[in-house]
Amino acid sequence: MNGTSYTITASHLDVGHGLHRVVRDIDLHTQPGDLVALIGTNGSGKSTLLKTLAGMLPAMHGDLRVLGTRPGAAPKRVAYLPQHPVSSHTLPLRARDVVAMGRYAHLGLFKRAGSTDREIVERTMRRTGASEFADKPLREMSGGQQQRTHLAQVLAREAEVLLLDEPTAGLDIAGKAAVAEVIASERARGVTVVLATHDLADAASATAVMLLAQRVVAFGPPSQVLSDQNVRECFGFTQPH
Amino acid sequence: MNTGLAVAELLWQPFARNEFMRNALLASALVSVICAIAGTYVVLRGLSFVGDALAHGVIPGIALALLFGVPGVVGAAIGAVVMMGGVSVITSRVRLSADTAIGLLFVGMLSLGVIITSRSTSFVGDITRILFGELLGVDTSDLAWQAAVLVVVAAIAFVAHRPFVLMSLDDGLARTSGFSVRFFHALMLTMVAMAVVGSFQLVGTLLVLGLLVAPAATGALLARRVSTMMLVASLCGVTSSYVGLLTSYHFDVAAGASIVFTSVYLFVIVAVLTIPRRMRGTSELPHQHEHAH
Repeated sequence: MNGTSYTITASHLDVGHGLHRVVRDIDLHTQPGDLVALIGTNGSGKSTLLKTLAGMLPAMHGDLRVLGTRPGAAPKRVAYLPQHPVSSHTLPLRARDVVAMGRYAHLGLFKRAGSTDREIVERTMRRTGASEFADKPLREMSGGQQQRTHLAQVLAREAEVLLLDEPTAGLDIAGKAAVAEVIASERARGVTVVLATHDLADAASATAVMLLAQRVVAFGPPSQVLSDQNVRECFGFTQPH
Repeated sequence: MNTGLAVAELLWQPFARNEFMRNALLASALVSVICAIAGTYVVLRGLSFVGDALAHGVIPGIALALLFGVPGVVGAAIGAVVMMGGVSVITSRVRLSADTAIGLLFVGMLSLGVIITSRSTSFVGDITRILFGELLGVDTSDLAWQAAVLVVVAAIAFVAHRPFVLMSLDDGLARTSGFSVRFFHALMLTMVAMAVVGSFQLVGTLLVLGLLVAPAATGALLARRVSTMMLVASLCGVTSSYVGLLTSYHFDVAAGASIVFTSVYLFVIVAVLTIPRRMRGTSELPHQHEHAH
């Protein structure tokens, strides 16, 4: 594997908001098809790291490249699912319209959506189950339906890097299984997935797990990282050294 | 038959007989469409207060223009630019909640406008014209100006539709889709400011927010798509213009205020009629997550 095959490279990366550093000294190198699970409690730095990878927050220190460029510079190739996508109750948008917005990074201001774009939208809605309520307005959807719609929107970008912040939040068991299936099929086509989650079960199939508690508690393959000692430290049962 | 004719006469005769009424109807229809386009994004993005602040922010500019004998729209445009700059600086740099800071700025601009106008020899007439408009004094040059504003506002909405809709859903979504939120937010404010500058002559700075928000809010209640919302808002605005002007003519009441009142009244009727539908919707609204990150 040569150096150019890395999808994300972070060295001595500090992430945070404004002047507040949340996590220091992150090292992360991912390749196509990798799944990195970020595990930690609320405020541990998972979302901050994902937002930095998406280019929504500047890196506070260190080097960070996503697909060989600065974060946020390749919107067609990177898709980000925020933790709780804002769903204004005044917005007159149907599920299909919300998913179609996932193609805007490719279409820009002027390019017309073609048959390929429409096919991608329909296909991704089928994958997350959103096709069952394709014409339902966003404001009339349940939390689970909104989450499926937003996930379909992210997939519709057909990106090479997926940054997912708790994609199973608000979903029932069937919804969680659908997300796991989607992540597996995305990885199979070479997509790098970075997933923030509370759920240790999500980490079992990951290439690497990063345990966060406003610092990197441990990082590496699940079999090495998910020790009792590390997990207790990550979830605050013991004080960090 | 005679009753039917009499009703038709009541409904159309004011416009058939009076050029000032025809001009007023045409101008208010143009402004209704301008405000429907800009107002749709004002409602979707929650910019009503910023829109109100912009409407008051133009007052010192208009007052200065009147004092120096310059067209009011020139002063309004300068006032809008100053206000937008102020809103932009305040929302990005000041450690106060945005509504407090914008509120202070807009009462500051309003009081400055009144102070400047008070230097005028025709203070009461000027301030009344600025605050409540002069709908029945519209001439063809005003119509041409409003048509030009409509073309520019429609062009901005057409070109920036995608980032505007993304930003209405979530700023982060617009940013990660490759659109500059700072640029398109400024463009949206510019569009709202143009709508304000293009409308204040008709209904006045005090009531222009009504035309921006009420028809668009009615559209939001009825539409399932943004384009439909804009269309419904336009139809509501034009209908309110006609009903308001007719009311003003027959009952000898203020024209601009009648139009705005009609549009708000229309919103209330639609809101009440759609309560059952919305109750069905809220019964399955998304649950809120308790934790925050």
